[in-house]
Order: sequence, then structure tokens, then C-alpha cells
Amino acid sequence: MNVLSEKVLGGKQGALHLAILAVLLLVILPLCLDLFRLGLIGKYVTYAFVAISLVLLWGNGGILSLGQGMFFGLGGYCMAMFLKLEASDPISTKIQTTPGLPDFMDWNQIVELPWFWEPFKSLPLTLLLVLVVPVLLAFIIGMAMFTRRVGGVYFSIITQAIALILSILIVGQQGYTGGVNGITDLKTLSGWDIRTDSAKYCLYFMNAGLLILCIMLSRFILTSKFGMLLLAMRDKEERVRFSGYDVARFKIFIFCVAAMISAIGGAMFTLQIGFMSPSFVGIVPSIEMVIFAAVGGRMSLIGAVYGTLLVNFGKTMFSETYPELWLFLMGGLFIAVVMFFPDGLAGIYEKYAPHCSFSMLRARWLKKVPKVTGERQ
Amino acid sequence: MFGYTLEEVGNIVVMQGFSGLSLFSVLLLMALGLAIIFGQMGVINMAHGEFMTVGAYTTVFLSKLAVEYDFVKSYFVFAIIAAFIVAFILGYVIEYVMIRHLYKRPLDTLLATWGLSLVMQQIFRSTFGAKEVSAELPEWLLGSFQPTEGIDIPINGVFVMGLALVVTVSVYLFMFRSRGGLRVRATMQNRIMAGAVGINTKQVDRVTFALGCGIAGVAGAAFTTIASTGPTTGSLYIVDSFMVVVFGGAASLMGTIASAFGIAQAQSLLQFFMTSSMGKVATLMTIVIILMMRPEGLFAAKVRK
Repeated sequence: MNVLSEKVLGGKQGALHLAILAVLLLVILPLCLDLFRLGLIGKYVTYAFVAISLVLLWGNGGILSLGQGMFFGLGGYCMAMFLKLEASDPISTKIQTTPGLPDFMDWNQIVELPWFWEPFKSLPLTLLLVLVVPVLLAFIIGMAMFTRRVGGVYFSIITQAIALILSILIVGQQGYTGGVNGITDLKTLSGWDIRTDSAKYCLYFMNAGLLILCIMLSRFILTSKFGMLLLAMRDKEERVRFSGYDVARFKIFIFCVAAMISAIGGAMFTLQIGFMSPSFVGIVPSIEMVIFAAVGGRMSLIGAVYGTLLVNFGKTMFSETYPELWLFLMGGLFIAVVMFFPDGLAGIYEKYAPHCSFSMLRARWLKKVPKVTGERQ
Repeated sequence: MFGYTLEEVGNIVVMQGFSGLSLFSVLLLMALGLAIIFGQMGVINMAHGEFMTVGAYTTVFLSKLAVEYDFVKSYFVFAIIAAFIVAFILGYVIEYVMIRHLYKRPLDTLLATWGLSLVMQQIFRSTFGAKEVSAELPEWLLGSFQPTEGIDIPINGVFVMGLALVVTVSVYLFMFRSRGGLRVRATMQNRIMAGAVGINTKQVDRVTFALGCGIAGVAGAAFTTIASTGPTTGSLYIVDSFMVVVFGGAASLMGTIASAFGIAQAQSLLQFFMTSSMGKVATLMTIVIILMMRPEGLFAAKVRK
């Protein structure tokens, strides 16, 4: 048990950091913010799933995927398809020429439900597909690329192209996917109205809880022997290969895990925000999510979460007041983080934290106490 | 076939083929710059599209001057040169300030240049406005000629193609037939040895990067003749041009030309017979699948590494 907790929580220090994050997300923020702001935080937390998946994949594995948005989007779309089918029951869509079909299909003269929508009639199957579809895509891409030893920048460029293909496809096939608007007007999850205040709180806590579970899962992966191998592959791939390990298989595995974690974020996004659109699938969101991880620290799971929260908070704040300034700031942030702080916030924290850690402060304070009392006398 | 007569299909193929040639020319010019920066130096420049936009805006700016001072007939030649020079200088500065610190971290270069592209896009938006602008074209670039009935060939397309041809030949001559190109290739193949025989490798880096950017600027000038320019124009072409370079085989000039041709033609023909988005999807999908089977690209450089 002790060993397991060590591995899942990452030791005393890791457990403390995780606990602080958990308290912040589950207690402090819900108490301090109104429902609207909390909803925004909930949205950022769904992006944080992608950020931690990138910590696994990029920070530790050295594989920069510029297509994580596509897994986020696929997870979200799977969820949205289920919700959409439930929202378009024959009674509420009776003004359409073909009641029972999602409204955008009706607008595009599609009279029959396409075959790939069929599985999304059942909730258990949908929940399974939320995970399976992105993992399958990741597996296919990984199989094709890693076994042929395509890596580094080529992998990034090709994943980027695939993300572009997927987003064009979704936008182009309006009748099957809702086109550029995405899948909107989602109402209930198995009869449970997701638009009420109580549901929003409930989903927020579910989301934050899942994030913490995902961090623990990722921590478990990173502290295991596989995590060591991952680092070794990042730094000296050839040497790992010559030591008799099948590098490609490990890379495929971590790529699939990263896809799965991103997909969970996407599904939670759909549930909380109530829509899914191709604007989360393409190149721009995928790269933005990389910068979340980079700002937080590409090596640090918890740092990535803070990075995501901070960048998005800044984005919301600045784009509300100075929309023009935001792109400058975002671009500048990219450049500055990459050039001057490659380890992000977590790197800065680790550099300066030892000088002002909790125990140090306490020691200082304890030393001061007698002095103070001495003066009093 | 698709409800057209055979002759009509023939005309469509010729005309779509020709519009594909315009796309080919712009893609080729973009990709030539990238082939130098990415193929030779291994630097991923995500802001390459923005260097093209710099060239395009330079041309637009000059065209406004030309209208004011009445030299519309001849300004375009100056515009091409100016676009090259502006993009070259900008590239030189960017290399000095940013890129040279990141040569050992290619993935980080990608992110930093993406940030650069965001900043540049916003600069365009603040200075030139969010609306698309187009250059005042001289009369000799407008219109089209008809070799046979039913076929229209626009003159600006022919011009852009000629420009692409000239630039390609110049790049070839520079890279493979001049002392400068020799220095570039020597530095990229073996930096330490090149330094040992007295080549200033840092200078070579700077000039090579700037040259790639300059060619992107020329691509921008060419682009103004076939479409209007907006702040995000460059970013629309960046993935395509990367695909051209990777598909052609990163270090091969021939490969770049062949793949730019293939991609542009496939896109333009498929877009006519399918919807525009599906044409693009089909083209990109084919490239990705081919790249998965043959990661080194069409024309792999046979270099011992």
C-alpha cells in the first residue's frame, strides 16, 4: 500500500502538491467564484487534461504531437453525438420534415440516421466509444509512424496535417457532423438536465475529480519502470533500442494513453459547456494546448494544470478588455517560455522553492520566536 | 463522365490544370524557401507563411505608391525585389534574435516560431487592418488569352509561373553552382569541418535563413497577382507548404518541385469534381498515407549521415 501511494502520489512532496491542487479546485474555487466564473474554470480544467497528456507525451517522451486537439475533439464529438440524439427525440423535433433526426441533418436533407451515429443511441456504448475512438486513431497513427521510426519534427508535422484533415472533414460534411457550428443545443444526459445549476456544479466536481485521477494515473506511469524508459527514449532513443527494447511499442502505448486522457477532457467539455465544434479540433487549438503545457512546465503534471488555468485566465481577461493585445501577449509568451523558461512555471518553482519551502520558513520562524520573546522581557 | 461530354472534360482538365499551375507556382515558391530553411538547416519555421504575407503587403504598399506617383506599369518588378529585400532583412534579424539560440532544440523552434507568427499576424492586423487588401495590378497582368474555343488562360497565372521558374532556377544555381551555395551545403553537412576550413558558419546560418525568408517574400509578391491578402493569408498555406517539402523529400530540390506540382494539381482537379473541402481532404489524406509508407518522401537524398 505504501509503495503504491508513493507511486501514485509521487512521494511526500508530490502528495502535498496534489493535495493543494485538489483543495484549490474542489474547495477554494467553488467557494469563491460564482457559477459563471466556475463554469469558465471548468472549461479550463478540461483543457488541462490535454496539457497533462502532453506532459506525458512531449515532456517525458519527447514526442511532440500537434494533433492533441483532434483527440480532445473526437472525445467531445462522441459525447455530443449521444446528447444530440437524445435531444432530438421525435416529439421535440416534430416540426422537422423527418422528426427524430438531429436538426442539422434535417437542414441538409438527410433523411436517415447515418450508420456511424447508430452506436451513440446507447450511453454505455457511447462512454466506451469516447475512449475507444481516439485511442484507435492514435493506435493507427502510432503504428504507421513509430514502427517506421518517424519521429521528431516529422511526427509533429504529420500529426498537424492529420488534425487539419479532420477539421476540414468535419466542417465539410455538414450534414453528418453539424459543420462549422458543430453539435449544439444539447439538453439532457439520460434524462438528467445538464443545463441546471445543480447539474453544472455536479459536472464541475466530476470534472475536477477526473482530472486528479488522471494526474494520479499519469504519475503512476511516470514513476514506473516504463516512465524511466520513456525518459531514456527521449534522450537516447538508439541506446534504448540497442538495449533490446521495442521503442515503437512504447511510443504507441504512450501516444494512446495521451489520446485517451485528452478524449476524457473533450467529453467533459461537451457535458459542461453544452456543445462541441470543429474549432477545438484543428491546428490552432492543438498548438495552444501545447503552450499551456509549456507555460506550466513540460515535465510537471501539476505544473501543466496551473499553466492551463493561468494562460486561459489571462486569455479571458485580456480578450475581454484588450483583444488586440492578447495575440501579442500569447505570441510573446510562446517565445519567452521556449527561449528563457523551457521548464515553465514548474521549473521556476523548483529553482526557487527550496529557498522558501515550508520547512525552511518554519525553521526561520522558530529561530525568530525566542528573539521576539527575549525582547519582550 | 459526371454528365460532361468528352470535349468539355478535356477543357475542364486543361483549365483546372492551369489553375492548379498557379497554385503550384505559389506553393513552389513557398516550399523553396522552406526547403532551404527546413531541408538544409532543419529549422521548422512556422512563421514562414507570415514572411510570405510580409512580401504580399510590401507589394500592396508599393502598388498604392505606384498609383499615387503614376508608375503602375512598371512597379511590379520593383515590388518583387522589394518584397525579397524586406523579407530577407526581417529573416536576418529574426535569425539573429531568436532562431540561432534554438538550433539544438528543433521542437522548441517550432513553438517559438509559432509564437512569432501570432505576433506578426497581429502586427499586420494593427497596421493594415483586418480586411483583405489587394494590389493594383498593371494592365499587362490582367485579362486572359484563348488558345482554342472553350479554354481561358489567365495572364497573371502565366506570369506567376514564369516567376516561379526563374526563382527555382536561381535557387538551383545558387545552391549547386556557386561558392555561396557550396558554403551553405558544407555548413549544413558538417558544421565543424566547414568551420575548420574557414567558413564563417554562423554567418552562413544567418544568410541561409534570411534567403529562405526572402524567397517566401517573393512568393507573397506572386500571391498578390492571384488573390487578395489578409493578416492570416500566410497561415493558410503553411501546412500545405510543409507537406510539399516533407512529401518531396526534405533535402531534394527536384522532390520539392515534383511534390508541389503533384499536390497543386491533385487539389485543383479534385476540387472541381468533388466539393472543395473534400478535394483538400483527399489530397492531404493521400499524402499522409504515402508518407506513412515512405517516410523519407518521394525523392530521398542519398547522403550518408
